[in-house]
Amino acid sequence: MDSVDLIYKAIYILVIFGITLLIATYSTYFERKIAAFIQDRVGPNRAGPMGLLQPLADAGKLFFKEEFIPGKANKVLFILGPGIAMLVASMSSAVIPFGDMLIVGGREVYLQAIEVNIGVLYIFGVVSLGVYGLMIGGWASNNKFSLLGAIRAASQNISYELAMGLSLIAVLMLSGSLSLRVIAEQQAGFNWNIWYQPLGFLIFLVCAFAETNRTPFDLPESEAELIGGYHTEYSSMKLGMYLFAEYINIFVVSAVMSTLYFGAYNFPFMENLRNAFSDPVLGNNVVTLVGVAVMFAKIFAFIFFFMWVRWTLPRFRYDQLMKLGWNILIPLAILNILLTGGGILLKDYLF
Amino acid sequence: MTDSLFFFLASLTLLCALMVVISKNPVYSVIFLILTFFTISAHYILLNAQFLAAVNIIVYAGAIMVLFLFVLMFINSGKNAQGKTKGVLSKVAGAIAGGLLFLVLIAALKDVQLEAVNPDTYDSQVGMVKNLGQVLFTKYMLPFQLVAVLFLVAMVGAVMIGKREAGEQNF
Repeated sequence: MDSVDLIYKAIYILVIFGITLLIATYSTYFERKIAAFIQDRVGPNRAGPMGLLQPLADAGKLFFKEEFIPGKANKVLFILGPGIAMLVASMSSAVIPFGDMLIVGGREVYLQAIEVNIGVLYIFGVVSLGVYGLMIGGWASNNKFSLLGAIRAASQNISYELAMGLSLIAVLMLSGSLSLRVIAEQQAGFNWNIWYQPLGFLIFLVCAFAETNRTPFDLPESEAELIGGYHTEYSSMKLGMYLFAEYINIFVVSAVMSTLYFGAYNFPFMENLRNAFSDPVLGNNVVTLVGVAVMFAKIFAFIFFFMWVRWTLPRFRYDQLMKLGWNILIPLAILNILLTGGGILLKDYLF
Repeated sequence: MTDSLFFFLASLTLLCALMVVISKNPVYSVIFLILTFFTISAHYILLNAQFLAAVNIIVYAGAIMVLFLFVLMFINSGKNAQGKTKGVLSKVAGAIAGGLLFLVLIAALKDVQLEAVNPDTYDSQVGMVKNLGQVLFTKYMLPFQLVAVLFLVAMVGAVMIGKREAGEQNF
């Protein structure tokens, strides 16, 4: 790797990090706007035109609030908790291919921060670490409600990780690769995985809601019974980091779902668009740039879906949550693996 | 470069592992144990065994240590664990047991000879997912399946223990 590649990678990683933060910031704004729309209200409309500066005002407010640490809290872990949540949340966007290859001055530039041949496992590992921030913060607060929230977060994450992993296995059986770039390339055009894995996608979607602690699975912070759950004792920017980490997680999970099931940067008739240009370099670049736009459109659609569900469905009860995870989703995921295996064998036999 | 990285990682691993034992607070011990798993995974990546590194993180750091932390949070909420000293007898017993283990390790390792790597036959891709899968499903098929059966038995056992018996009231 020569120095130009290194500089390009550094810039690309910074840009992706910036975009992640920007999307997370504006997710808070759109969440409130969408909630307002669903509940027939106006929503934030004071700061800036149409309330567009509201996230900045919120951030300013959070920064200037008092940093409060409870007297008997474990100080080190109390500060570490939101940091871990934030760090882990922003780690996983590294392996996601946000676009195909650009050709700039004869040099092939891939729109992906790092290409590893275990991309799916990397995502899965990072997702499984996400619970530590919540657990450590909840335990360090030395508050019963926080502790209950932390314990709920831990058991919920472990339960839904299993079904998530099993639904991923079916995708891997189809693709035969753990690399996200390869999985994205295989779904060229309109050959998306969702057509082959509708059940697997449904399981993955439900698990994604549970892993990001969103309604209807937001039991770790259910305000009606646990006040604020794991972040009861948090204030100021430490609370802000927890909330921010949740929105980053939603963004990352949406990106993963688009990549695995909805064809990543691929869109129908992309070959026709590529052939419409006489210059192959220009054609490739145009297709790639449209692909990036398509990828982000898919991500935004998923983020909207997350918010739509939040303001539509009520929360599960805890035993219902466990029952759904262990008694319904895991057997369904195993059934999905068997069906996929049978389908692959049948295809080999017939064609 | 790789050499200095290895020594840095090795010393970090040993430091974290030591802190697991030294820490008074069990929650700190668990956090240092998680860090130890991370540094061990980094060793795997240095050896070009990416699959092993990822699985190590997913299984140990992602699942087992979450359960450890979970149980610790249930047992003590940070109050009574500190300041409890153990009796002289358990200290002596611990010293003897640790010493014996040390002796066994030295006896096992003293005659070890490190074989030099042969650059002609050495395949740097041996730790990749593809090769690992091929070896597991051809050469080591039977042990692999037996391990799976072992896991299944353990799982059934756990379900049996956790199962509600007839007439038992849980809540």
